[in-house]
Amino acid sequence: MIDKALLDRHGLTEDEYRLIVELIGKEPNLTELGIFSVMWSEHCGYKSSRVHLKKLPTEGEHVVQGPGENAGVLDIGGGQVVVFKIESHNHPSYIEPYQGAATGVGGILRDIFTMGARPIAVMDSLRFGPPDDPKNRSVMEGVVSGISGYGNAFGVPTVGGEVYFDPCYNLNPLVNVFCLGLADKDKVFYARAEGAGNKVLYVGAKTGRDGIHGATMASAEFGKDTEHKRPNVQVGDPFKEKLLLEACLEVMDRGLIVGIQDMGAAGLTCSTTEMAAKGGMGIVIDLDKVPQREAGMTPYEILLSESQERMLLVATPEKVEAVQAVFAKWDLDAPVIGEVVEGGRARISFKGEVVVDIPVDAVVNLCPAYDRPIAAPAPPPPAPALQAMPRPADLGETLLRLLASPSIADKEWVFRQYDHMVQVNTVFLPGADAAVLRIKGSRRALAMTLDCNSLYTRLDPRTGARIAVAEACRNLACVGARPIGVTNCLNFGNPEKPEVMGQFEQAVAGLAEACRTFGIPVTGGNVSFYNDTEGLSIHPTPVLGVVGIIADVRKAVRPGFRAAGDAVVLVGESLDELGGTEYLKTIHGLEAGSPPMIDLEQEKRNQEFILEAIEAGLVRSAHDLSEGGLAVALAECAFHSPRKIGCEVDLAGGLREDALLFGESQSRILMTCRPADLSGLLKTAAARGVPAQAIGRTGGAALAVRHAGREILRVPVEKAFRAWKDSLPGFFKVRA
Amino acid sequence: MKFGVVQFPGSNCDFDTFHALRDVMKRPTVMLWHKDHDLQGVDCVVLPGGFSYGDYLRSGAIARFSPLMQEVKAFARRGGRLLGICNGFQILLELGLLPGAMLRNKNLKFLCQHVHIRVENARTDFTRAARKGQVLRVPIAHFDGNYYAPPRVLRDLEANGQVVFRYCDADGNVTPEANVNGSLDNIAGIRNAAGNVLGLMPHPERASEALLGSEDGRTIFESLILSLEKRTPAGRPAAGKKARHDR
Repeated sequence: MIDKALLDRHGLTEDEYRLIVELIGKEPNLTELGIFSVMWSEHCGYKSSRVHLKKLPTEGEHVVQGPGENAGVLDIGGGQVVVFKIESHNHPSYIEPYQGAATGVGGILRDIFTMGARPIAVMDSLRFGPPDDPKNRSVMEGVVSGISGYGNAFGVPTVGGEVYFDPCYNLNPLVNVFCLGLADKDKVFYARAEGAGNKVLYVGAKTGRDGIHGATMASAEFGKDTEHKRPNVQVGDPFKEKLLLEACLEVMDRGLIVGIQDMGAAGLTCSTTEMAAKGGMGIVIDLDKVPQREAGMTPYEILLSESQERMLLVATPEKVEAVQAVFAKWDLDAPVIGEVVEGGRARISFKGEVVVDIPVDAVVNLCPAYDRPIAAPAPPPPAPALQAMPRPADLGETLLRLLASPSIADKEWVFRQYDHMVQVNTVFLPGADAAVLRIKGSRRALAMTLDCNSLYTRLDPRTGARIAVAEACRNLACVGARPIGVTNCLNFGNPEKPEVMGQFEQAVAGLAEACRTFGIPVTGGNVSFYNDTEGLSIHPTPVLGVVGIIADVRKAVRPGFRAAGDAVVLVGESLDELGGTEYLKTIHGLEAGSPPMIDLEQEKRNQEFILEAIEAGLVRSAHDLSEGGLAVALAECAFHSPRKIGCEVDLAGGLREDALLFGESQSRILMTCRPADLSGLLKTAAARGVPAQAIGRTGGAALAVRHAGREILRVPVEKAFRAWKDSLPGFFKVRA
Repeated sequence: MKFGVVQFPGSNCDFDTFHALRDVMKRPTVMLWHKDHDLQGVDCVVLPGGFSYGDYLRSGAIARFSPLMQEVKAFARRGGRLLGICNGFQILLELGLLPGAMLRNKNLKFLCQHVHIRVENARTDFTRAARKGQVLRVPIAHFDGNYYAPPRVLRDLEANGQVVFRYCDADGNVTPEANVNGSLDNIAGIRNAAGNVLGLMPHPERASEALLGSEDGRTIFESLILSLEKRTPAGRPAAGKKARHDR
């Protein structure tokens, strides 16, 4: 009955099948095969990535829970913890953008509140093909509406994130959703089924035929027939999820349950077997008791459905009634569908017959790990020598083009569709270097950011990954936050291609190295392989989500210039390097060269300097230099200032003007201070080994730059602002 | 005085409003559960923002059938102060306590941003702490905030001073550009003829603390406190008679 074709449809190899037979001591039936198929998929089983992920640092002073649970947990003091994670929903979002993105939000929200934390912030890292293509626009509109539709209704603020455009995402957009929740340290819950005789309760939405084999779909390349996979995408109901949140938090708060697990990828299968395996127990489930949305579902379909907004709870028998009363208050059913038993087996029955009888350990813990063949990533195409490149005739015009390039342009069109203020904690609106949320009842605040420049990682995965960590920490430093932990979403192509595995291996090595330097543990995350459509892989895109703490929220610093007459200081060194820059890409049409070099120790010194200056109250504004370099950073500081204050800057000689203005040398921060504080700050910087130079003053209505005594750039702030502001909406003609 | 915030399934600004009233305005505040029939003796009922019942069918359409709404309607008839914010405003329209309806925003997108609103009538229980013409900076966050009412109703609203807030620019000019969602006559908030029920789309609870960017929203809560702490408790028939008809 089980042949090669059937195994192919289940994404299992013949070797894997032989291993399954050996582990369970019999030929699996179709339902059991389906269970192994999803649990051993790349998405759930991390078969290609596990050997590499071990290299990431996972321990640190704040860590309460590292990788292996639904989300990581960090101690933030005051008896509170943050629970956070990032996850991808790339494949579903291409097939059905609205529901794919919406259920991406729904899934990560459940990962957070299943641990007892109320989600207080969401951020999204989105990557699409260029917006001049209508197909890309339609995907982007769908994704943004999906995030908005789900997050807004659920009532979690979407406080930040990133949006990038590159042709490599034409047929494979990336939708990575980060969520952070807040909980009392003594009220964190884990996905464990403990105590023989305890009851297993099913809560939330009914099970339907949607999303069957979603995890397996996310573990294969796409071809031209992707349209047919639409039925594999689930449909979200944020209202139901909101009810589920309130009911779950209530039963947890009242101590009514033993363990809880959400039904995400691989649905009922994953939640039952994982809970049993983690509790060292077995589990008995009666599928006839599972609430079903449609008649005639087979055990295979019920077990593999990825219907959304469902949870599995374990409670002692005497508490079952109290649990059910809470769910009834929120208009949700909570039937008992099974029991925790001794013996380590999952025994699942349907219409009085046992349809599944397998050891949970084999399903959950014994998925093979592959050390796949690796080929060194191809060296980047060399960038032409700077001398050989034409100098832009008009640097002002060049700046305007960069400001209007979709990856740099203002993203308000996106984030004003998200409710970014609900829960009244949002101190900085989207657009700052990092999102800042106050913690009610304390002076402390949380800061968070998502970062990755995938052009850098494409050109040099290791350096690119190191920069991603450094830049994320720099973004936090610019608002005055010290990083405490990181989650990552590693988006790569097909791991069976040695060059893709090479990129992966290099990127993970870079991440590990940088996270160690900054002393930030990786507490979890997600790997998304097979981001290939029609044989083309995306750029390796390791997205970092870093969380930090601000001791006193009143001292948090924004990017915008505060007042005219402040001194403008450039922290960090500008080098003669243009490889991988937005300038090369947008102005010269080149994705070439080595990404900027990064010295992690220097980076750390620069960040420590700005943090101490902020904590001492000496910094009026601070902004990280990234895509578009110094010129774009100056413009953004003006745009973010309340009255669009310009600046007059005078730069010393040395580099050619375009390298100076648009180069993306790392570890740089643009800050302003009161003139009276300038010399003290520069002295401190010199003493710490931090390059810092006063480059000018804020004021006026223009961005003006002199170089070696000559004016090389003068653009009215308003003109630059319009180029930046109107670019993205221009692609989406609004019907008034 | 005591505030009560109604909690519907899907309300998501309930805790925010509770926080603003109890922790910022420092007034006793209770949550009112939509399935109950008890207003717990509050002097002012607030219907908060969010997506009651998921806003399925139509914003606010299902919430009007919640059991507690019978008591809320009776409370309003007796002259009790009733404030509807965002989804709460939509529910007031569905309950028929305020006239008109909400259409989708003119750009057909959800909008979350700070806007300016001008106080058109400062002689109401919800605005007496403000001046006529004062500009408040308060955020909006809605998909269906495009206010519509038939011409006859609009004429009555204007004639009775029932238009309390209009979208405007930072200088208080009521312009088409400032009309973010396409509302007729830039209407952002209206009150009933008796003057004890107000609905507005902007979120004053999100603009009650300087740390979050604006304190202008407090004006509305302060006005309510001024009105209620100087008068007989709401719910007494006498309160209804005192309603003003400002022009």
